[in-house]
Amino acid sequence: MTVLLKAQGLSKRFGGLQALSDVGFEIQTGEIYGLIGPNGAGKTTLFNVLTSLYIPESGTCTFAGETLTGRKPHEVAHLGLARTFQNIRLFGNLSVIENVMIGRHIRTHAGVIGAVLRTGATRREEAQIEARAHELLDYVGIGHRANEVAKSLPYGDQRRLEIARALATDPKLLALDEPAAGMNASETVVLRQLVEKIRNDGTTVLLIEHDMKLVMNLCDRLLVLEYGKVLAEGRPAEVQRNPKVIEAYLGAGAAQVAQTVPGAQA
Amino acid sequence: MMHTQTLQRRTPALTLVGIVLTGVVLAILPFVVGIAGQGWVRIMNFALLYVMLALGLNIVVGFAGLLDLGYIAFYAVGAYTWALLASPHFGLHLPFWAILPISIAVAGLFGVMLGAPTLKLRGDYLAIVTLGFGEIIRIFLTNLNAPVNITNGPQGINRIDAFTVGEFTFGRAETIMGVRFTGPEKYYYLLLAFVLIILLICVRLQNSRIGRAWEAIREDEIAAKAMGINTRNVKLLAFAMGASFGGVAGAMFAAMQGFVSPESFSLTESISILCMVVLGGMGHIPGVILGALILAALPEFLRAVVEPAQHMLFGAVILDPEGIRMLMFGLAMVLVMLFRPAGLWPSAVRKRELAQRKGEAS
Repeated sequence: MTVLLKAQGLSKRFGGLQALSDVGFEIQTGEIYGLIGPNGAGKTTLFNVLTSLYIPESGTCTFAGETLTGRKPHEVAHLGLARTFQNIRLFGNLSVIENVMIGRHIRTHAGVIGAVLRTGATRREEAQIEARAHELLDYVGIGHRANEVAKSLPYGDQRRLEIARALATDPKLLALDEPAAGMNASETVVLRQLVEKIRNDGTTVLLIEHDMKLVMNLCDRLLVLEYGKVLAEGRPAEVQRNPKVIEAYLGAGAAQVAQTVPGAQA
Repeated sequence: MMHTQTLQRRTPALTLVGIVLTGVVLAILPFVVGIAGQGWVRIMNFALLYVMLALGLNIVVGFAGLLDLGYIAFYAVGAYTWALLASPHFGLHLPFWAILPISIAVAGLFGVMLGAPTLKLRGDYLAIVTLGFGEIIRIFLTNLNAPVNITNGPQGINRIDAFTVGEFTFGRAETIMGVRFTGPEKYYYLLLAFVLIILLICVRLQNSRIGRAWEAIREDEIAAKAMGINTRNVKLLAFAMGASFGGVAGAMFAAMQGFVSPESFSLTESISILCMVVLGGMGHIPGVILGALILAALPEFLRAVVEPAQHMLFGAVILDPEGIRMLMFGLAMVLVMLFRPAGLWPSAVRKRELAQRKGEAS
């Protein structure tokens, strides 16, 4: 196992609010790494810092041997870190297939001259982009919706489209921000299978999720944030037993009960 | 994109007939219109210039979603570049193959100059900055006659060389192969060729990797960044492409008119071009062309119909058509916004966008 992403001492402040303070963790290649914590704990802020949408006040981040901190968002995507958004950000008025085709942008090269002259290389590339986009739509299970308008899709399909679009950038690490939010039980099961499939096909996954059942079953390791600080890190079973985590989620009383009564947690 | 492709595959014969028919109509149009007088051919030429401008602005506003209210500045830059390099003002008379690329490049450069400081602005804020930029260029042109006389100030530059290829000049009437071509008729074919080239570039760019990146920025800039699109470069490219089309149109304007002055490049003109794009259907190339043709023809129509009508009714011209031109523009815009908010001939995308907004509002 090699370290794919390593963050050290990340801090981010918004005015008087310390959204992240001294956050550090490592993600191993090939694992599903969960990021949990109560609302407002700084999970999405951490995502935005990793993808350079926010610039942290301090701390460093390395990804696949390269420094992430200080890069432009598009450079981060280029290095192989793709993400989805908590409040879905599709290109709503474009078709489903076009959304995924836009994801291929960084892995293709056609410029103005190639497009205007419609050279052989450009035509081949276009055909490849389209073929790959169809492949990815089938992969996430919405191949039959390729020509629909993105924003007209049902909620769960929009989430899956966002995943397909992110996968189109050929990421090494796929960062999913609450992919199961708003999904019903059966959709969540399908999502879980999809995330496992993505991991098994060689993409490391970073996952923010509130659905504890999903997180505990899916993730290899977890990072728990509270008030912008790391509360705990480790395997799901360890994290579940951690009194500080139980206290954060259920209150101090619950933590005491959990310690006195073995096996009472979760 | 997919839609047109399948259409072409299914009905190649019909499409071919359509193209041939359109070609024939466009080819004989100046002679038919010329019967009514050469003035009408000139009006057609101006309509073609407006089509070029509208297509250029459409790249910035329609494709990339960047509201530009100072677009006429690039038209001015193109026109003055031609004027300065091909007139007695500096005693320069460069050939067209030198001036045209220079005009395109200079206008493109101005596009980047406008684009670079406004990269982080969107919507209203961008509109205000671009509006200011357009005015700055016009005021510069008006005042750059002292201390060194560069633009000849408000008097403008005259006796500008016509578009000349070797011995063949577009400025004069002559008989070719037994057919008599007037100057405006010759310019018509030249402008038509430029329009077709620009049209081809626009259509091909729209359905390309670059066109999709523009659309991505228009739809959601943050998501576009997260997908690895270098929004800075892609936006600057949109500004530069749009500006260079404006530059071509400006250069042709200078060559055709033989005279340029700052008053041709007022804010009203910027707004007229934006109206063409919005009225026709933002981001939809056929719609934009339609919008440009309608709004370019409207004032001439007013002149030709409203004046005689007033003479007939009142025996005198009470309302000067030139005076009510902007009023009619405004009225046309209000009617279009009320009854066809996505434009006269909107793209499928734009229709969806507005349908959603309506849904959200109610």
